[in-house]
Amino acid sequence: MHELSICQSIMQQLEQIAKDNHADQIDSIYLQIGPLSGVEPELLKQAFPLAAAGSCASQASVHITVPPIRVHCEICGEESPATANRLLCGACGDYHTRVISGDEMLLNSVELTKRSEEMSYV
Amino acid sequence: MCDTCGCNITASNQHLIKPGGKLHAVKQTTTAVTILQGLLSENDQTARHNRQHFDRHGVLAINLMSSPGSGKTSLLEATLDVISPDLRVAVIEGDLETENDAERIRRKGVTAIQITTGNACHLDAHMIHDALHSLPLEELDIVFIENVGNLVCPASFDLGQHLNVTLLSVTEGDDKPSKYPVMFRAADLVLITKTDLLHVLDDFDVQTAEKNLRNLASQVPLIALSSRQQHGISEWLDWLEHQQDEQLQRLKNGTTRQPTIQQDGQRLHADL
Repeated sequence: MHELSICQSIMQQLEQIAKDNHADQIDSIYLQIGPLSGVEPELLKQAFPLAAAGSCASQASVHITVPPIRVHCEICGEESPATANRLLCGACGDYHTRVISGDEMLLNSVELTKRSEEMSYV
Repeated sequence: MCDTCGCNITASNQHLIKPGGKLHAVKQTTTAVTILQGLLSENDQTARHNRQHFDRHGVLAINLMSSPGSGKTSLLEATLDVISPDLRVAVIEGDLETENDAERIRRKGVTAIQITTGNACHLDAHMIHDALHSLPLEELDIVFIENVGNLVCPASFDLGQHLNVTLLSVTEGDDKPSKYPVMFRAADLVLITKTDLLHVLDDFDVQTAEKNLRNLASQVPLIALSSRQQHGISEWLDWLEHQQDEQLQRLKNGTTRQPTIQQDGQRLHADL
């Protein structure tokens, strides 16, 4: 869903990050995309080179971690794994739970190439 | 075809991928930088700005989402018949094409702005921002945003609203909350619509739909109603009145609110 427009949004962030860090090039980006985020990792990887074309991130490799879905139960206090459409507490079965992992849509970190103090010209 | 999902990347797009040239050779070091920003942070920034606009003028903003044809516009028509003009309401309509829905609202004597998105299958914060410039917010109590009919994409885009309402009509099947968890989790209220048709259907059970909703760890109210036959409408109006009271309280306290699921997500994950 909207992986290309999300890549365009990532690109805006990367351009700012590159500027803030005096970097020529973004080498890698690390994303966390949870199963409940509404974003499909494979489509995002396909869309990224298009959004990044001609930019500081045109050569960047895209690494996506998919965190597991986990919930915290407000009734018994336990944390347990869950699935996208069954988010009940694994311990007591109650539905008063909160998702603590699995709905992320985050740009975690980037690796970038900074210009150093010395410059040489060709 | 949606122009933002990436499904239209083809061989003819390849000319966009070309390496840039570098004129200087520089001594380089590679550094890792931790960011922890949400991927939609640009949309979210505009959404926060919209929310501030609404709050500054004391306006309650409610986003209606559902499949196409679930009865969003009909619900608004039935609602406006009761609450307007005692409550000052405006509606922002979102559709790919036509002004049909805005015209239906205008026939009720209520201001409606139609956003025609062209190919975009959801509204986003920028579109709402532009629409807000055409609304006299200082003269309004409630703005309803009727999102594009789509049970997938609208759920992920903060528009600056305070509340999300997801509609599910009885002809769509009671398993849809299980099939579309993101959309149903995004709701602060779920409405089962077109209950006037239940007697001709043998495959929709309101309690099953509610069970599927609860399985998503959703604690929000579920109201079954019929806009045509005025069943359940008073429960919906009570909920609206309660939300307005809460909005007035928040304005006194100088606080705001976002749709419940977004509050959770931000609290847990992103450093915005």
